[in-house]
Amino acid sequence: MKNINFLKPNKQNFYVYFYTGIALFALSVLDVFLSSFFEINTTSFLPSSISFILPIIIGTIGLHLIRIEYSGIKSLDIINKNINTNTFNAFLTLSIIFLIIKATPPAMSWFVFDATISGDSKEACTSEGACWTYIKIWFNRFVYGMYPNEYQWRINISFILLIGLAFVGYFSTEGLKKYLTLYYVIIYPIIAFILIYYLISGGSLGLDWVETGAWGGLSLTFIVSFFCLIFCFPIGMILALGRRSSLPTIRYFSVGFIEFWRGVPLITVLFMSSVMFPMFLPDGFFLDKLVRVIIAISLFEAAYVAEVIRGGLQALPRGQYDAAKSLGMGYWKMHIFVILPQALKLVIPGIANTFLALVKDTPLIFVVGLLEIVGMLNLAKTNPKWLGFAMEGYVFAAIIFWIICYAMSKYSYNLEAKYKTER
Amino acid sequence: MSDPIIQIKDMNKWFGDFQVLKDINLEVEKNKKIVVCGPSGSGKSTLIRCINRLEEHQKGTIVVDGTELSEDTKNIETIRAEVGMVFQQFNLFPHLSILDNCTLAPIWVKKTPKKQAEELAMKQLEQVQIVDQAHKFPGQLSGGQQQRCAIARALCMEPKIMLFDEPTSALDPEMIKEVLDAMVNLAKAGMTMIVVTHEMGFAKEVADEVIFMDEGMIIEKAMTKEFFANPKSDRTKLFLSQIL
Repeated sequence: MKNINFLKPNKQNFYVYFYTGIALFALSVLDVFLSSFFEINTTSFLPSSISFILPIIIGTIGLHLIRIEYSGIKSLDIINKNINTNTFNAFLTLSIIFLIIKATPPAMSWFVFDATISGDSKEACTSEGACWTYIKIWFNRFVYGMYPNEYQWRINISFILLIGLAFVGYFSTEGLKKYLTLYYVIIYPIIAFILIYYLISGGSLGLDWVETGAWGGLSLTFIVSFFCLIFCFPIGMILALGRRSSLPTIRYFSVGFIEFWRGVPLITVLFMSSVMFPMFLPDGFFLDKLVRVIIAISLFEAAYVAEVIRGGLQALPRGQYDAAKSLGMGYWKMHIFVILPQALKLVIPGIANTFLALVKDTPLIFVVGLLEIVGMLNLAKTNPKWLGFAMEGYVFAAIIFWIICYAMSKYSYNLEAKYKTER
Repeated sequence: MSDPIIQIKDMNKWFGDFQVLKDINLEVEKNKKIVVCGPSGSGKSTLIRCINRLEEHQKGTIVVDGTELSEDTKNIETIRAEVGMVFQQFNLFPHLSILDNCTLAPIWVKKTPKKQAEELAMKQLEQVQIVDQAHKFPGQLSGGQQQRCAIARALCMEPKIMLFDEPTSALDPEMIKEVLDAMVNLAKAGMTMIVVTHEMGFAKEVADEVIFMDEGMIIEKAMTKEFFANPKSDRTKLFLSQIL
């Protein structure tokens, strides 16, 4: 009887258990912390295998001791309920904590402590850590590609203007709110095109022409993604409606279009757009490489968007169509006011998915010789003066893409929350 | 006697090989209230869905307010705008507030100015006593409130005919009365109504005529008193004995 009492905490011995458990847990974490950060093995007097697993054992016992149901201490209850429900979960929790502690010092030293950022050549990087000098020196190229340095202000101004104009919605008055959709869907892309055509491309208004082949880096990533996102969405929407049309010609055309573009790899599409497509154009007719690429990606992604939107259309109950029709709405009114708003709201996660994939597919445009950020990295890493820094480059690109994509997915969550009208 | 506003002659309808409606003949005069009853699967809903062409019939003619419904009917939307419909599942638009549900069609189909449409909508919502819910979304309302809103939404188009497709079948018993009350008020105001329902109390109170359907045919069509007091066919007698 006494034995059982000893193993099970109760009201009388609660604090004994609580403090012993916390102490054992803290001891185990401290041991791992010391060994990984300061390479001090506090249990070196034990055989090496036991010394290795000892923190896990001590920590598990500690967590076992503090596993007290309804202790009355709120934070302890939360911990017990979420990460300490049984011995196995306690073991997993400890393993993850120890892994993080063990991984921190090497990661930190590579990223920060042993890293180099000073100097302006490869020779500055002599330490074990990352060579951020490489990123520093090439940063300009990673952002602007081969765009001439003295003209880079043109890209800066265009992007600042476009970002500024994107926030117009926040400042519009109540009366202008109804024109916002029109603004974002039609006017804003046109402004963007005009800015890019006259300011970034140049060739008129006293600005020197910079051919699209010289564009590159992050700015090109943004330009390609921006226009592809804007074009593929309406095309996809029309294809989705077309696939459900009662008119056979439209339906078969949509099915054929969607299945064709979904069936070929993007890299092939890009290659065709740059190599084969110009052969079909009449003589003297010229379409810029970048424009061809944007059209190709837009059509390719439109096929995916179409299927995502069709999923949303099919999820709507037939009653919604009946109700709209019974009120005298025709095909377009019914879709614009009743069906599409609901269907699009349903497919926000799917659309976000497709759009994220699109942004991450843009590096493929290297096959036609356009070098956006990853393309520039590949170029830089083969530069004889800077061999051997591929790792830093890819880490840099990963961070940039992660920031872009995370911002997009956050935005899609916000949209979902904003349009949530049902309970 | 005025000309009938709905004329159905020898109408037949098939779903694939299955014949749902057989030789339907029906005339409805203006301001008359018709109740259609019968067992489930007897084609009642299909019949009234044919009247605003949510379903297409294959044989025979349907004339609504002087226009024949056929594949060539170009202005089917104009006819639908004149025929209001209330569904069993309410079918409110969940992404719009109650008020927007009521003003959407008047603004975009009838081109009513927004302010005027809103005034009318508020009036109709007041009639069905949910004016205080006008700025809520359908998901926040009870079933009975949603169905009353659906009635108001249909009335905002100022229809000549109202079709009700089992409007109380999806409701809890205590909510049925509030919807039926709204319908009774509408009937008293002189609307032409065709109501598919199992609520025999409602039929007795407002209907001019009752139609009994089974297996896609109109078995019996009689004045309300006659129908309940003195049904002719055995099938009707059996049905009434089960339902009353």
